[in-house]
Amino acid sequence: MFFQEVTPDTSGYMIAGYAVTFIVMALYVASIYIRNRNLIQDMTMLEEMDRAAAPVEVRQPKKSPAKPTGNNKLAKPVTKRSRKK
Amino acid sequence: MQSKPLALKILDVVSIIVLGISTYLALVFAPKELVMGDVQRVFYFHIGTAWTALLGFILAALFSVVYLITKNLRWDRLQVAAIEVSLVFFLITIALGSIWARPAWNTWWTWDPRLTTAAVTELIYIAYFMLRQGIDEPEKRARFGAVYALVGGISAPITFFAIRLFRTIHPVVISGSNAAAQGSFNMTPDMLTTFFFALFTFTVIFIDLFWNRIRLGDLQDKVEQLKLKVSI
Repeated sequence: MFFQEVTPDTSGYMIAGYAVTFIVMALYVASIYIRNRNLIQDMTMLEEMDRAAAPVEVRQPKKSPAKPTGNNKLAKPVTKRSRKK
Repeated sequence: MQSKPLALKILDVVSIIVLGISTYLALVFAPKELVMGDVQRVFYFHIGTAWTALLGFILAALFSVVYLITKNLRWDRLQVAAIEVSLVFFLITIALGSIWARPAWNTWWTWDPRLTTAAVTELIYIAYFMLRQGIDEPEKRARFGAVYALVGGISAPITFFAIRLFRTIHPVVISGSNAAAQGSFNMTPDMLTTFFFALFTFTVIFIDLFWNRIRLGDLQDKVEQLKLKVSI
């Protein structure tokens, strides 16, 4: 090809070269996108499993203010009689 | 998972735009080379991908050194990202070189020093991923990977200098000449503009893909940690 007089038509090779470049790059970008999507799905599922496996908190009933009972002497209302005693 | 940073989104768009401009410059703006014809136009992307790939392999070797010193797995993820993107770019380089060689040298492939060192470099880094696949323990995998990438990094400068050190038919277009080279050409100012823009384009694309790949590595790490937590 180096002793020729006219420029050869090598456009087919050029198109093949650019096609290879764009196809390989597109495949790689697609692979990053797909791997990323799969990992996000995995993470969502694992987070749900983690939440489900976490120990459930037992809810304590709210304590109402202490009512005076018969045993609790301090809780008795102070009256005039009790003062005399 | 955090949403993509705005800077990365902008870089994604810029990468597509500069790739479009670079393709236009290579296919339309740059003049046709009279001896080889249109196939010479693959040269711009051939050098652009080769430059970023070799840079990525050297970066990976540097990340390996930092990992071995700090033992921080973040550096391991950077190293994997750099090697993966470089491997893809170097595959494009070899494919483009082979396509160019068919009309220029009348063969798809020859065991020339440059082609041989390039093929060996690509195989070294394919083997790197095979090595990593075989090790389950993250620290051990990172340590072995770092040592391997450090030694493998030597292949990048050897590939670059192969055409300057050995007698080869591969042309030395930038800063040098080779008497035995077949397919050499002198660049016109328009060709030089296209050439430097292609270098810039592939550097931008490399940074973009590298950043995206780092984020993927971080996500992989989070999923692995979550798997361990759930299995306990």
